[in-house]
Amino acid sequence: MRISAFFYTLWQGIRSIFRNKWFSLASIATISACLFLFGLFYAVLMNFQHVIKTAEEGVSISVYFEEGITEEQIIVIQDQIQKRTEVSKAIYVSADEAWENFSKDFPEGFKDGFRENPLKNSAKLDVYLNDVSQQSSLVTYTSSIEGVRDINYSDITAETLSGFNVLIGYVSLGIIFILLAVSIFLISNTVTIGISVRKEEIMIMKYIGATDFFVRSPFVIEGILIGIFGSLLPLGIIFIIYERVVEYIGIRFSILSNILQFLPAETIFRDLTPITIGIGVGIGFLGSYSTVRKHLRV
Amino acid sequence: MIKKASKIQKQDEHTIIALDHVSKSYSTGAPALNDVSIKIKRGEFVFIVGDSGSGKSTLIKLLLKELNPTEGEVFVDGENVEKLKRRKVPKFRRRIGVVFQDFRLLKDRNVFDNVAFAQRIIQVPTREIKKNVPSVLSKVGLAAKYKAKPRQLSGGEQQRVAIARALVNNPKILLADEPTGNLDPNNSWEIMKLLEDINQDGTTVLVVTHNREIVNAMEKRVITMKKGVVISDEEKGGYIDED
Repeated sequence: MRISAFFYTLWQGIRSIFRNKWFSLASIATISACLFLFGLFYAVLMNFQHVIKTAEEGVSISVYFEEGITEEQIIVIQDQIQKRTEVSKAIYVSADEAWENFSKDFPEGFKDGFRENPLKNSAKLDVYLNDVSQQSSLVTYTSSIEGVRDINYSDITAETLSGFNVLIGYVSLGIIFILLAVSIFLISNTVTIGISVRKEEIMIMKYIGATDFFVRSPFVIEGILIGIFGSLLPLGIIFIIYERVVEYIGIRFSILSNILQFLPAETIFRDLTPITIGIGVGIGFLGSYSTVRKHLRV
Repeated sequence: MIKKASKIQKQDEHTIIALDHVSKSYSTGAPALNDVSIKIKRGEFVFIVGDSGSGKSTLIKLLLKELNPTEGEVFVDGENVEKLKRRKVPKFRRRIGVVFQDFRLLKDRNVFDNVAFAQRIIQVPTREIKKNVPSVLSKVGLAAKYKAKPRQLSGGEQQRVAIARALVNNPKILLADEPTGNLDPNNSWEIMKLLEDINQDGTTVLVVTHNREIVNAMEKRVITMKKGVVISDEEKGGYIDED
């Protein structure tokens, strides 16, 4: 393609948006509406996952050892556990540290009443997981290690969190599917309206001897530009809404600030922006490509 | 039969359009064309006349490869049209200028852009387009109205724009499908005069029409069709009454 032909095609694509302004506005509105719902859902989902992830990170199992085990042996076991993929970290808490931590909860001088550490057999490993659903397999594995006396863990917390994760997975799939179906329905309707406007134009181009590529290019450029506008608009709106809502909840429900820790807008939009623009461009490209395709066989 | 037709086309350099025992049936009903054989020489001016349903439109569609024949072969400027690959159709169509009854101009573009469009699609450099378009517009008498939008022009003027668009790429053939169908008698005559001038410059002109007066007055070759069959083909012919 000559450079002049390229710029002509680009210019025609841009002009076409203004020439068919009602169609363009309808298309931008449709794509915006779908992507707005998508973005909103994405932001809520990301925050939900963030809350659960934070809760999961606090879930640990405590491994206690048999009497007479040496610190070196415990460190070997620590290494062994640390190597497992489901483990994020294993922290060694010596008997002295355990006694120190325990006595902190009592008045000063409490420790002086004891001649030796009453928790001398309480050296432990606090093991944190990457994935709480793997807790029971880790417990089984750890209990089989020689020298391990007891393991403290909570089934309910792990199961609840892992159940939540599964639920979020299903709900996400369901909502994405519904959004996708609604988007396709709305976009195909908008495209059908556009066809009637373009049918004659495409036919004239074909009779004059335009190649399919030449006929299609301005439409595709127009579709992509509409897709970009249709994705930037909801991104801007969601950004404003997100910041306001987070600020509002932070002030209004400050009592919940320990549980409700929102992700900063930058974190959300770092991924949401390219995904949304990508979907917008994809919808614009496919919509215009398929619309023109139907009429190229003249 | 195929070999024979190819031989005719290759041997006869003067022939620009040849239909060899062409039939076309649509899936729904009776044949639109039935065993039609026509030969048109380079530089000829030919009228194709006939009532609705006579097969004239089907003939135009076959020449533009909008349709393929059910039987027989269609040759245009040495090409067996049916055998043309889809990707070669655009280049093939650039050898044929087409003018329609309803003008088919791009309504949102002005006269200059409508004509320039035909050059854009074959990627003529802009500086050449700026020379070629005014030249062809002055040939059809519309040089002064290059900025006007189609809706600001009369029917006759719109048809001139369509002719300018068809001519700007110097086609070998000009197909005019009812070019005067939407025009008053004065404008009709002016358009026919323009087509005759174009023909005198060497372009083969094929005019499909209902216009009895024009056909009778111009004394050109007239091919008359009825129900998909050629019923008459006369040099310096006239409009044959159906009754």
